[in-house]
Amino acid sequence: MKRYLRTLFVVSLALVTAGCTRKPGTASALKPTGFGAALVESSGGKQIGATGMVLAQPLVVQVNDEQGTAVTGALVEFSGPAGVGFDPPSGLTDSSGQLSTNVALGDMAGRYQLVAHTSTKAQKPVELKMEEIALGYQEQVGFQLDNKYCARCHDPESTPERVSNYDNLETKPHPFTEGDTLNKMSDAELTAIISHGGPALNKSALMPPYGYTLRKTEIEALIAYIRLVSDPPYHASGMVYAQR
Amino acid sequence: MSAFGSVSLLLLISLAIAPAKNYFSEWRHYQKQYLALVRSRGEAVTLQRHFHDGIQQIWLPGLGVVDRCTTCHAGLKEASLADANLPQPFRRHPVIPHTLDQFGCVMCHRGQGPATTVEQAHSSTEAWEQPTLPARYVQSSCGQCHRSPLTGTPQLNLGRNLLGRYGCVHCHTIKLPDGSAIKPTDDPPSLEHIADKTTREWIYAWLKDPQAYAVTATMPNFKLSDPDARDISAFLIASSTPIAGDTAPASPASKDQKAPDPAAGASLYGESFCASCHAVQNAAGNVVGGDVGPELTRIGNKVKPEWLRAWLRNPRVYDSGTAMPHYRFTDPQLSLLTAFLGNKTDSDLLANVHLDAATPEQIAHGKLLVTEYGCASCHEVSGIKKPDNFAPELTRIGSKPLTQIIFLPGMTHAIPDYIAAKIRQPRSFGAALKMPQFNLAPAQIDALTTALLALTDRAHDLPLALTVPAKPPSNYEPAGKAGQLMADMACFTCHAINGRGGDMAPDLTWEGSSVQRQWLQAFLKNPGTLRPALIRRMPRFNLSDDDAKELTDYIMTVYQAPAFDRDSMPLSGYPPAQVEQGKQLFYSKYACQGCHIIDTKVDKGYIGPTLTQVGSRLNAAWIYHWLKEPQTMRPGTIEPNRNMNDEDARALTAFLMTQKGSSKQEAKK
Repeated sequence: MKRYLRTLFVVSLALVTAGCTRKPGTASALKPTGFGAALVESSGGKQIGATGMVLAQPLVVQVNDEQGTAVTGALVEFSGPAGVGFDPPSGLTDSSGQLSTNVALGDMAGRYQLVAHTSTKAQKPVELKMEEIALGYQEQVGFQLDNKYCARCHDPESTPERVSNYDNLETKPHPFTEGDTLNKMSDAELTAIISHGGPALNKSALMPPYGYTLRKTEIEALIAYIRLVSDPPYHASGMVYAQR
Repeated sequence: MSAFGSVSLLLLISLAIAPAKNYFSEWRHYQKQYLALVRSRGEAVTLQRHFHDGIQQIWLPGLGVVDRCTTCHAGLKEASLADANLPQPFRRHPVIPHTLDQFGCVMCHRGQGPATTVEQAHSSTEAWEQPTLPARYVQSSCGQCHRSPLTGTPQLNLGRNLLGRYGCVHCHTIKLPDGSAIKPTDDPPSLEHIADKTTREWIYAWLKDPQAYAVTATMPNFKLSDPDARDISAFLIASSTPIAGDTAPASPASKDQKAPDPAAGASLYGESFCASCHAVQNAAGNVVGGDVGPELTRIGNKVKPEWLRAWLRNPRVYDSGTAMPHYRFTDPQLSLLTAFLGNKTDSDLLANVHLDAATPEQIAHGKLLVTEYGCASCHEVSGIKKPDNFAPELTRIGSKPLTQIIFLPGMTHAIPDYIAAKIRQPRSFGAALKMPQFNLAPAQIDALTTALLALTDRAHDLPLALTVPAKPPSNYEPAGKAGQLMADMACFTCHAINGRGGDMAPDLTWEGSSVQRQWLQAFLKNPGTLRPALIRRMPRFNLSDDDAKELTDYIMTVYQAPAFDRDSMPLSGYPPAQVEQGKQLFYSKYACQGCHIIDTKVDKGYIGPTLTQVGSRLNAAWIYHWLKEPQTMRPGTIEPNRNMNDEDARALTAFLMTQKGSSKQEAKK
């Protein structure tokens, strides 16, 4: 009787352990029909989205072989930091060698590093890293204010709706992505230059003061946004979220 | 003895159950984890001091909030825990304008506030059916109290906009807590005289696939069978009645001339700024132009030339309430534009549409279909009354009990998923459903879902004092002959006055205080360029002298700012020293040349209006008050408030008033 019980115990323990160690997930039914040597981004990287929301444009990557020709039927899998969702998370490239996925960013504002994986015929892994930016509430407010007040001069690029004034200015403003310059400025300095204009920091008077136009919280929001989009990233608060 | 022993042991064990259950509870497990996490960090002492042991509760009787979320979410207020790499539930809450203590959690995130287990707090259970809201819809919660657009909620603002723009509220009534209802903004055309305007073949093709005609069309696809589309087109043509004067064959004189020059037509289209309101899809597939009026990519396939000509001559004959202005084109101009637009065709669109003459049975069946599909909810149709409440009311859709919803197999049982699926593919809930397929991008579906989720019981039941009401809609109507002229030129399509109108062009509520009479009258006759960087500009309406004067008189008399007298400062004669001081201030202290142009040779800024002739355009008192408080003069303007002292403002005004513009420049414009 005792031996019987012991056998039962061992068997059940084995079953439980087996249940625990079985790898979840990777049972994707997709079988690649082609293999490439390189992954390139077609479109959808460097977008500015909002936390928890789906990015406006899908992320499209392309698999190429050694000659740079598009490969059809290669298996591509997407991965990212916790909270990032892909629809679909993996798939086979189409006749133009491309795979498109809709990306939902995580719940925290920050820069999200996304990775696309494929493998060569020799099972060598190939990776492509891309980055997207998620705005939280505060950064979203900053983004809207940037669009209304700042981008006309600070963004050198023109859009059909908004012609840039950048080229017309004698002293060129710093684009907000210009991390090399802006990261060296403290929050207090940025607040001073936004509130009191360029002369507050002995800079050009072409930068007018906005302290009587914007509220304190709006200026804080603007700085949060500037910190988030700066390139290279601003480390004091601009998080870069990558897979661990 | 042994019986007594076992009974007391049993009693002891049963007494221990409650404390043991408490000790092993889920939330204690999280609190221990949090403390362990905190200990490993640099600012451990501060974090430990902020931590409170035991069940935490936020109780806000006025809002109906009882939240115990902070029991496990212990680090919500800790700035140092803002890191996505930390595991939940320990991260800091992102910065928002509200505090946890004032609003709690469930106001925005839904879920079961009083629950103390993960499952019960976040998911719907048999007893509680309020799961937490996915982050992608969280802006809907702002909309419960905030009725007007917020800077930080672009998705909610877009969704609310789309409810009107896509005409959802033609069929679905949505009442707002203040008793008003959301109004549609899409202005679907009346079909009572449609035979004057277009052909049965075009109606058929349009009904089968509206987006094949115009990618930006907001008309949904009803997925009609060929015979159904045939019968509806037959009925619409048969029920149409003609209007006198809405078709205009080209006059015999113009027929003798050779065909109008297409290049001249294109330039007239450009000069008239048609693209401010109408879009055209270019060869690359991009839609370029405004979205106030319909897309014109294939307009030649749609309208009859004689109708188009009459419409361009005076659109108010066919549709008295149209947003299209009456341009007062000359006959040669009408020929040019009619020919130019008539050439915008796609030979494939109607190539395969062959309809035989309609039979009375088909027409009768068409009428039945028009009634069944509720076409008259949006369009006026001869012989069919607009149905009341054609589709379910959505006033409280955001709180619809899950028990009343039939979910599709495999669907998450939650209200956001239901709403999004309904918008994405209405007929997936049953092939016999009438709701048509809308052509919406994923972001638009999320936005609409967000706007609908804001329509909760809480939104309706909150005391008005706790909400931030929307600005009441204005039904301002200018009076008299000038009022008729303004309706005729559809000024409100672009300009707002006293809270009514569009935002494409400047608000004119105080225009009479702002500009000088002479300038205004000349501008109405022949509008020049004020802001060189704008692609949307005031078109020329070919006004007669009398009409321009009538309008000028009305604007100068009625649209005055109450805060100051426009004639309180002189238009010229400022002392040269003051003018010089103003010039210095303009170029050095205030560096206005960054955005404005005074001297076309030196200055380049073109964000604000060109000021080369501002002294003949604006009143001195307006300039002075504008410099002091631009946002008071025109709310929302991007001109920054410089907190200017009186002396500087006077000197700058003096300098600007000397900028009268040369007569040569005037003539050029």
